Amino acid sequence: MAIGKESNTGAAASAEAQEGIDYTGKKIGMWLFLFTELLFFGGMFLLYSVFRSQYPAEFHAAAQEENLLLGSINTTVLLTSSLTIAVAIAAIRKGNKMLSLYMQAATIVFGICFLVIKYFEWSAKISMGIYPDSPALLNREKGDILFFSLYYVMTGIHGVHVLIGVIAIAIMFVYTRRGVIDRDNFAKLENTGLYWHFVDIVWIYLFPLFYLIT
Amino acid sequence: MTERTLDDKAPEESSFYDEKGKYSGVLAWLMSTDHKRIGLMYLGALLSFFSVGVTLGVLIRLSLIAPGAILTAQQYNEVFTVHGIVQIFLFIIPGIPVAFGNFFLPIMIGARDVAFPRLNRLTLWLYLAGAAIVLLSLFIKGAPPDTGWTFYAPYSIQTKANVSLAVFGVFVLGFSSIFTGLNFVTTIHRMRAPGMKWFRLPLFVWTLYATGWVQILATPVLAITLVFIVLGRVFGVGFFDPSKGGDPILYEHLFWVYSHPAVYIMVLPAMGIISEIMPTFSRRNIFGYKAIVFSALAIASVGYFVWGHHMFTSGMSDTARIVFSFITFLVAVPSGVKVFNWVATLYKGSIEVDSPLLFALSFIFLFSIGGLTGLIVGSLAPNLHVHGTYFIVAHFHYVMFGGVGFSFLAGLHYWFPKMFGRMFNEKIAKIGWFFFFIGFNVLYFSMFILGYQGMPRRYFEPPPQYHGWSVVSTVGSWLLAVGLIIIFSNLIRALFKGPSASSNPWGGGTLEWSIPSPPPAENFIEIPVVETGPYGHRERE
Amino acid sequence: MDRDTSREPTAGYVHYALIWAALVALLIMTIAVARLSLLANYSVLGSLSIATVKAGLVLIYFMHLKHEGRVVKGMLLLAVAALFFIIALTFVDVWYR
Repeated sequence: MAIGKESNTGAAASAEAQEGIDYTGKKIGMWLFLFTELLFFGGMFLLYSVFRSQYPAEFHAAAQEENLLLGSINTTVLLTSSLTIAVAIAAIRKGNKMLSLYMQAATIVFGICFLVIKYFEWSAKISMGIYPDSPALLNREKGDILFFSLYYVMTGIHGVHVLIGVIAIAIMFVYTRRGVIDRDNFAKLENTGLYWHFVDIVWIYLFPLFYLIT
Repeated sequence: MTERTLDDKAPEESSFYDEKGKYSGVLAWLMSTDHKRIGLMYLGALLSFFSVGVTLGVLIRLSLIAPGAILTAQQYNEVFTVHGIVQIFLFIIPGIPVAFGNFFLPIMIGARDVAFPRLNRLTLWLYLAGAAIVLLSLFIKGAPPDTGWTFYAPYSIQTKANVSLAVFGVFVLGFSSIFTGLNFVTTIHRMRAPGMKWFRLPLFVWTLYATGWVQILATPVLAITLVFIVLGRVFGVGFFDPSKGGDPILYEHLFWVYSHPAVYIMVLPAMGIISEIMPTFSRRNIFGYKAIVFSALAIASVGYFVWGHHMFTSGMSDTARIVFSFITFLVAVPSGVKVFNWVATLYKGSIEVDSPLLFALSFIFLFSIGGLTGLIVGSLAPNLHVHGTYFIVAHFHYVMFGGVGFSFLAGLHYWFPKMFGRMFNEKIAKIGWFFFFIGFNVLYFSMFILGYQGMPRRYFEPPPQYHGWSVVSTVGSWLLAVGLIIIFSNLIRALFKGPSASSNPWGGGTLEWSIPSPPPAENFIEIPVVETGPYGHRERE
Repeated sequence: MDRDTSREPTAGYVHYALIWAALVALLIMTIAVARLSLLANYSVLGSLSIATVKAGLVLIYFMHLKHEGRVVKGMLLLAVAALFFIIALTFVDVWYR
């Protein structure tokens, strides 16, 4: 292989990537991570779709026991939190640090709000005796057992991801305050935003599957 | 141009070994983000675990010819389980990518490091942590896992063994694999030197790219499946329990959706190494570069959809069995293309049968046997007879050990002078190869015979009619072990006492041979500008 | 060959707010569809279709997929296709037992 001295005829990407901060590379890395999350949740969606196809009537009926109001509020909360994080990124790119900080804080508040509502939903169910392996649940139809097991597992793992997102945004908040994230260095915040939007998209699918298929 | 005229490393010149950072001693290595140091640490860990796995394998063979003499039935189940877990999750899946991929990927594309060096260091820590957790599950209160490395439900949900802990360890290891794949894919997209176009990449790099995608897209499915096992054990979640509406076959689907592509994580980089060695030792360009590239991508993609061939006797639908068998036949085609192209590379070549080539040729021979028997077991009707027998055990050891294992050794011998700056004893390497190769075939070919005769696998006490060939097989394991001892003693001795190696002892054409042995910390004094393809040897007439 | 979108201007706040409004409207629509639905089968399809439109809006506008090059879009397609085929092949078993 012929080798020459370094010159400017090479790809700009390579030069940028080799020597400085590779914004595009970091973004690609984040997208690749989101694909792993897609496949991770995908395994759960696979189980849901198989079991639903086997017990359509029970899933249909069990969904009616979910609290549609709380579910709808939670969906709105997450959708709005996606808006606020998107604005937070746009703000810092325009140099508006205060707005970005407010929006990041708002996103955190919405995330916590989501988790609190989830906590109430779960408590209500648990106090009614419906939780994995509970005597009350095991007495019900197989389709019901599967529906509620999937409900806890999928919303539970989703909730863990919301919590991780909230912590990540809190860290970005600190970075933004300190100026580590600014109008020229915003890859961290943008990638955190990508993660948050992904978590939102998972819920966009979970909501109809557990609350609306009635 | 094959011979390098650059200055070889003078003893006073510093290599990456001499680099001084913030830390000293062991921390200078464990905290390093240098891909070369990370690759070497991985290599050391891998080979240590491999030795443990081999020891367990020898133990299995001893027990089989004298059941009860050294292991109880319960212990036997634990030993073959741990043998599988160690060899698969601690050695062969991380294997070639983390050792040779880490060390050579950046150099081969003309970069100074990977895209995310700190993430790379994290993958090493995750690997060590995951390994520690798995090993912990063997020794703490409770029993080592006895489910087989496949952790099938319902037994894995019910057994009292330390399955949750072992499975958690594998979960952590999975993240090491995912982040490695993510890092390599990003690196190949973003860090190629000027002029290093996609179709000028060395074939080893192409296989690391394809493998990276499989790691990204398949491993998470294993991760969630392991979570399901723990949820089943701890919270009674019954996705695989018919009494709770679940289905154990769904476990098998989820498990093999990862574990079949996993074998391509193992074999694609192994094939990449062969594609590097063949042109160097034939002194000619690789035959059919683009065909080999597309074959690698085809194996990665088609291989994603054949997992059901592990489940032909599980109770799956007939339609599914036919579909999976058909796709399985398709995936054999690109492997065949590679074998033909490697052999064609030799044709009219100026061949030097040095040890790397010897191991590489063995790969072609042994992998072909494994691959052809894969067609037998991939056919529905024969599969019903050989599933769960030693025929399967022989098949996968031929492809994974005869294939990936030999390729690992080929790469180790090929790149040894570059990584360590020293040369090993070629004659002893060949002697070691000889015992290893003979021992391997005696050990595993006997298993084809045994399996065809019906000997079941994972049985503590096989029926007596299999005793004859079992003894033959066990003797083979001893020869193999002797071969490995010779091979590794030779290399370890060379580490300390071997003569200095030049920058290009084999006459290779890829970028790693253009820098000193061992490389300097920054890999290149100046990032090269690439003007031709990777194997700059005499063109075909 | 990859697009460097860090040099391109960002979308405006109003633009994001409009997308959010569309998402909320779609949410209301999906609840209505579920409530009013006559046939259970189409309810599933309808709800999931609307969910996909919502997910698409988040992907294209909030996650800036609109501004990305072929590389990122191609990778996403690959990942989604992989998941789709895994589920599809599993159903070849489940449906035909």
